[in-house]
Amino acid sequence: MTALLLRDLKLSVRAGGGALIGVLFFMTVVAVIPFGVGPDLNLLSRIGPAIVWIGALLSALLGLDRLFQTEREDGSLDLLLMQEHPLVLTVLVKCLAHWLGNGLPLVIASPLLGLFMNMDEVAIGATMLTLLVGTPALTFIGAVGAAVAVALPRGGLLVSILVLPLAIPVLIFGVSASYAAVEDPAPFLPPFLILVAITMFFAVLGPLGAALALRNAGD
Amino acid sequence: MIKILMKVSGMRLLAENLSARRGEDLIFTDISFTLGAGESLVLTGRNGSGKSTLLRVVAGLLRPETGRVAWTAESAESGMRAAEACHYLGHRNAMKAELTVFENLAFWKDFLGDTEDGKGIPPGEAADAVGLGGIIHLPFGYLSAGQQRRMAFAKLLVAYRPVWILDEPTAALDVSAEGVFTGLIKLHLATGGIVLAATHQPLGLENARELRMTGFAGVAEGRW
Repeated sequence: MTALLLRDLKLSVRAGGGALIGVLFFMTVVAVIPFGVGPDLNLLSRIGPAIVWIGALLSALLGLDRLFQTEREDGSLDLLLMQEHPLVLTVLVKCLAHWLGNGLPLVIASPLLGLFMNMDEVAIGATMLTLLVGTPALTFIGAVGAAVAVALPRGGLLVSILVLPLAIPVLIFGVSASYAAVEDPAPFLPPFLILVAITMFFAVLGPLGAALALRNAGD
Repeated sequence: MIKILMKVSGMRLLAENLSARRGEDLIFTDISFTLGAGESLVLTGRNGSGKSTLLRVVAGLLRPETGRVAWTAESAESGMRAAEACHYLGHRNAMKAELTVFENLAFWKDFLGDTEDGKGIPPGEAADAVGLGGIIHLPFGYLSAGQQRRMAFAKLLVAYRPVWILDEPTAALDVSAEGVFTGLIKLHLATGGIVLAATHQPLGLENARELRMTGFAGVAEGRW
């Protein structure tokens, strides 16, 4: 299993891997906002956490369809399905590798993009923390969509559309926790803990659903 | 050698009344066979006759319409799927073009692991065995189609599985490579392995049983 994790990490940073693409897309999305909105610093810092979260959500969706499709195209998926290891565990490890390769770089890039949005230190810290906790949920949810669409050519957009409704709660609680850290009356912990709960819930349900879909995608 | 044979003599791959569906039609019906240690079965038949489908059913990748595939061995735990005892070499090579050959083989060695009956060999030796020992440091994508096929075959050697399921193993290969493959398959059979192969070229195996597939059991007589 460690071998699978390391291989997927290597693939994500080699040529054609999605790690850099995701970060670049994230930067593109967030960096154009100040130009579009104009130099209203108060407005920028007010919408900052939301914009950073939306950018991260879109970039996380970007590379998801390749999660199982590359494996299927070169025939590796057949071998992964045949093994003794429970398929759920294989999927979980692939999700973790995908998050480490694609999700974690987004979290690391987010403080820099927070500066673009004139966010203060507390807001940047809160956004980074909520992204750290919330983006794994996006990967686990996306794994189900990626598994369902594994046999479809050009299933990328379909995956995003399938996954988006389930990803919305993550966005809502991620953004509200980030705001709660800055605005005084709203408490930070409740939305943050719900975000943690969502991630843990999908860490169980996502691999299960994806494994089920992969088993039945046989052709 | 005798010790190995004795140890694995209880192995049996059993297929009962298999039939499978492709779309609306049954592509084959009621195929049964039993393969013991050291036995091989070669599937022949024209394109589209269901050879690959049968192999994928045996490998557990397609659900059969009727029938079952079972694996019995002394070391097998109850409830072990037949697929877990199998190596499957399909049309696609299951190797990553971005990684070097060594990384690919080392990954599969680690991930697949060995079954209790035998041991795989290190990636370097496996590449030597298919005649490409010197280029193990190159990315898999740099190799020619024939070399890629050979390296995919080397994957069967790095982790031990008693059953080899080979779908057109000699596609894209030159004559000498075919010879190498035949040698490796014979060696596998001699040490108590089981081989199930679909092929157009004769593999040159003695004592291989042949199953001729005719395809589309239900609609062979259909007129357009």
